Amino acid sequence: MSKINEGFFYSEDHEWVKVEGNVAVIGISDYAQHELGDITYADLPEEGDEFSANDEFGALESVKASSELLCPVSGKVVEVNAELEDAPEKINDDAYEAWVIKVEMSDPSEVESLMDAAAYKEYIEK
Amino acid sequence: MKYYDKLIFELSKEGRTGFSLGKNEWTETSDSLPSALRRSEPAVLPQVSEVDVVRHYTNLSQMNFGVDTGFYPLGSCTMKYNPKINEEIASMKGFQGLHPLQPASTVQGALEVYSGIEKALSAITGMSRFTFNPCAGAHGELTGLMIMRQHHLLRGDLKRTKVIVPDSAHGTNPASAAVCGLQVVVVKSNADGLVDVSDLKPLLSDEIAGIMMTNPNTLGLFEKEIKEIASLVHGCGGLLYYDGANMNPLIGVARPGDMGFDIMHLNLHKSFSTPHGGGGPGSGPVGVCEKLANCLPAPVVAPEEDGSLAQAFGKDACGRVSGFMGNFGVILRAYSYILMLGRQNLGFVGRYSVLAANYIKESLKEWYKLPIASVCKHEFVFDGLVNDGAVKDAEGNVVKEGATTLDVAKRLLDYGFHAPTIYFPMLFHQSIMIEPTESESVETLDAFIETMKVIAQEAAQDPDILKGAPHCTPISRPDETTAARNPLLKWQDSVC
Amino acid sequence: MATFQYFPHTPEDVRKMLDRVGAKSLDDLYCDVPQDLVHKEEYDLPDAMSEQEVRDFFESLDSKNQKLTVFVGQGSYDHYSPAVIPFITSRSEFLTAYTPYQAEISQGTLRYIFEYQSMICSLTGLDVSNASMYDGPTAAAEAVRMSLACTKKKTRVLVSSTLLKNVLETVETYSKFYGLQLDYLPADNGTTSYAALSEELAKGGVAGVLVPSVNRYGIVEDLGSFAEPIHAAGAMFIEYCDPSALAVVRTPGELGADIAVGDGQSLGIPMCFGGPYVGFMACRKDHVRKLPGRIVGQTVDADGRRVFCLTLQAREQHIRREKATSNICSNESLMALYTTVYLSLMGPEGMKEVNDRSYAAAHYLYEQLLSTGKFEKVFDKPFLKEFVLKPLVDAENLMIKLADGGFFAALPTEEGYVSFCATERRTKAQIDALVALVKEA
Repeated sequence: MSKINEGFFYSEDHEWVKVEGNVAVIGISDYAQHELGDITYADLPEEGDEFSANDEFGALESVKASSELLCPVSGKVVEVNAELEDAPEKINDDAYEAWVIKVEMSDPSEVESLMDAAAYKEYIEK
Repeated sequence: MKYYDKLIFELSKEGRTGFSLGKNEWTETSDSLPSALRRSEPAVLPQVSEVDVVRHYTNLSQMNFGVDTGFYPLGSCTMKYNPKINEEIASMKGFQGLHPLQPASTVQGALEVYSGIEKALSAITGMSRFTFNPCAGAHGELTGLMIMRQHHLLRGDLKRTKVIVPDSAHGTNPASAAVCGLQVVVVKSNADGLVDVSDLKPLLSDEIAGIMMTNPNTLGLFEKEIKEIASLVHGCGGLLYYDGANMNPLIGVARPGDMGFDIMHLNLHKSFSTPHGGGGPGSGPVGVCEKLANCLPAPVVAPEEDGSLAQAFGKDACGRVSGFMGNFGVILRAYSYILMLGRQNLGFVGRYSVLAANYIKESLKEWYKLPIASVCKHEFVFDGLVNDGAVKDAEGNVVKEGATTLDVAKRLLDYGFHAPTIYFPMLFHQSIMIEPTESESVETLDAFIETMKVIAQEAAQDPDILKGAPHCTPISRPDETTAARNPLLKWQDSVC
Repeated sequence: MATFQYFPHTPEDVRKMLDRVGAKSLDDLYCDVPQDLVHKEEYDLPDAMSEQEVRDFFESLDSKNQKLTVFVGQGSYDHYSPAVIPFITSRSEFLTAYTPYQAEISQGTLRYIFEYQSMICSLTGLDVSNASMYDGPTAAAEAVRMSLACTKKKTRVLVSSTLLKNVLETVETYSKFYGLQLDYLPADNGTTSYAALSEELAKGGVAGVLVPSVNRYGIVEDLGSFAEPIHAAGAMFIEYCDPSALAVVRTPGELGADIAVGDGQSLGIPMCFGGPYVGFMACRKDHVRKLPGRIVGQTVDADGRRVFCLTLQAREQHIRREKATSNICSNESLMALYTTVYLSLMGPEGMKEVNDRSYAAAHYLYEQLLSTGKFEKVFDKPFLKEFVLKPLVDAENLMIKLADGGFFAALPTEEGYVSFCATERRTKAQIDALVALVKEA
């Protein structure tokens, strides 16, 4: 049974967003890390990179799979979780603790189009 | 098979050598090169005797499994027997000593090899011309797509930048398209595992360069509606590409050229019996219909006015795709195989391979889930075990995980068989793709079938037997996660 | 029912199998193939041959080739190949195995690939090597694409006009279809123009620069000052190398190159009319995730033993499909074994000696040819085993005349020169005989 954090928002591509003012903290859901298996490598963007919603901002690799990371909201990367470069397995340990990037949102209203915890639960059980 | 732990570097001892160059007639050395051009330290290479080398690699070889060791039912890889006469022909000193740029008049025999096998493959496939310059199947795909694009470019049709690829396609298809600068459009499979024609129709437009298809497809199913697909794709101005990885069941039975395909590649290391060599060298000749012959990559072998053969560089060619004219040594082997088969035996290649696949499928379908039950061609796909041995509690939650496809594959190694292709195609979660080929006797097939049943019984009783497998191989399961997280990719790193 | 040595099927076997399947005949198994697509006429192929007939057939073809003493290189070199190599590489366990997907029964293949990667790193002075590419020219084409993937928002690659012709042409083909712009660095007195490099880099947008270590004229290029401006422009420095020569010439690692590619044929692989050869590709470790092709890594098994497996597979086509670093699947594994066994036998001493003797033989040939008065010097730059001269006689006639005398030499080039090469296999007597023939021309 995958863990779903209340108060977070979720994309159909299994990224989560935690809103802190006009900054979106972004990671992948527990369901997604489980599907991917042991993560071996995180390909991360650089601070200052700008993305529109649904742009690919990086990728996670496991032994037998690779998954592109899609940015759920538009904006500029203000911080990257550099810990993941050496220890991508932290995402497997706790997908909600191991955030991937923080984005300064150019349009915070985009969050409204994401799923809340209840809707995401329904989405992955479908 | 026994475990042997050395690397050649670890046998090294200062002062040992394994070569003999004979008396040195010269006094000058490469030290005369200016020092700015010379390397400062000698390369770190082993210093070993000839005996060391022979024993080391013999020991390594004994940790390997090949077609000559046993049954190798690897789906989409056509691991048929590799005849030994082929090796004898390919190792003839005369052929081995030919320089690729020698004047044509001095290599007429080699050029006749190309024209001879081209004629034979054209007869077998219904295509009109072949290039042998691509060195492997994926290289052939890329070359074929270059030919496709070149044809459109020569006509001034610049809009065709997309190629349609079925969702069940080999991974090389979309990858080759991307390397060729084409955008991939995916067409879905229907419930029968075939290209969904109703999904295809709306994808067709004047931006479509063509479609890449494998027939039979990766589920081992013949694309029955191929003629309608051909007419639809041709109707929108596109071309049809045939991925020849699955050509074996059609050898001596049906020809891609007759189905409407314009371009195709063959894997000589699959359908035409040349050995895989642990992952190459292969050969991926590309055949085309008459109207695309001008787009073949350069050079091609063509007759001169006096009837002699020469290498030609046409102005419409899509370009050069490899250093010379492909893997000549592999081409020799395939030609030798075709001559041994001759027209009398050709017709049994496909038929026996299909018979063997259906025989296994029908014998095991009560033990392994068969998602598509219709008659298969040379290969078919199971979707995991019928009973994987998983234990569930009263609420239906899994309390003990069942055996997976990976576990079945690893257990097969204990019984002396190579594993089938697993987790491909991705249409199913637990794919086990089995391709037996025409080389195997009914006794071998029966032994494999019995083993697969035993494994299914083991899984039902206690999946842990499978999860710990293999038990009887030189090594147990490698830790692939650690290998990927902390890559150790050369000996120098592993000793630091 | 055919009786044929590769088919183990007796009529009873076929009957038994058909019964299990529920088919009446072999043709019934094709009931899903539209009947008008089944080929009903006889195939236009020769009659089946016996093994002896196949031997005779190929021997008669072979007799139509002329065995020449080779004095040309241009990407295929007549180096000595020890007897041990074909003995090892023809072992069934290596020869008839597939790609080592099942590591537990493929440690032989995996270990020699690991050794091969180690030796390529040693020769190039770079950090990582893949498990092989098709050949040198395709490896160069892949390296050019890789430079695009390693640099962001760049669209063009600079290539030296002094690269071997077939390397340039292959890179051109790949680049044309992939949609990347190639710009050429002209030759300046036989070597890559440094002035043109600076000029082109200044224009911006350069992802990579591809230059040869030993070039099409046989000249060993002095690339000592290339890395700095290339890196300052944010581009990748790609070097095309002859791996045999790397035993003595400055390495890509020492020169600051990011990627090294080339053809392993010069490491003990027979010329065999152009293939199979093996491309190699090595790079700095920062770029390993963008490296195309297979890679073998060291790890441990469940019992803690040192073992080897394919690794970093998430880069590859079977996982990433159209987003893979390349479409390459089968490579040239067995040819990598050729080079690994060769380098093991030769060792550092043998590799030095091969280059020393080639150098001496080529320089002797150069002086002797010039003394005939049939050629003029073209470049006065350092070379190793290969060089060009300007012929004062008709080049095509000269090559044919030499071929009639048993030599492959004086290959005409598109610049109007003729190309020669002498490896350690060429004796003084052979050179003198060639020169005597040239004098008559």
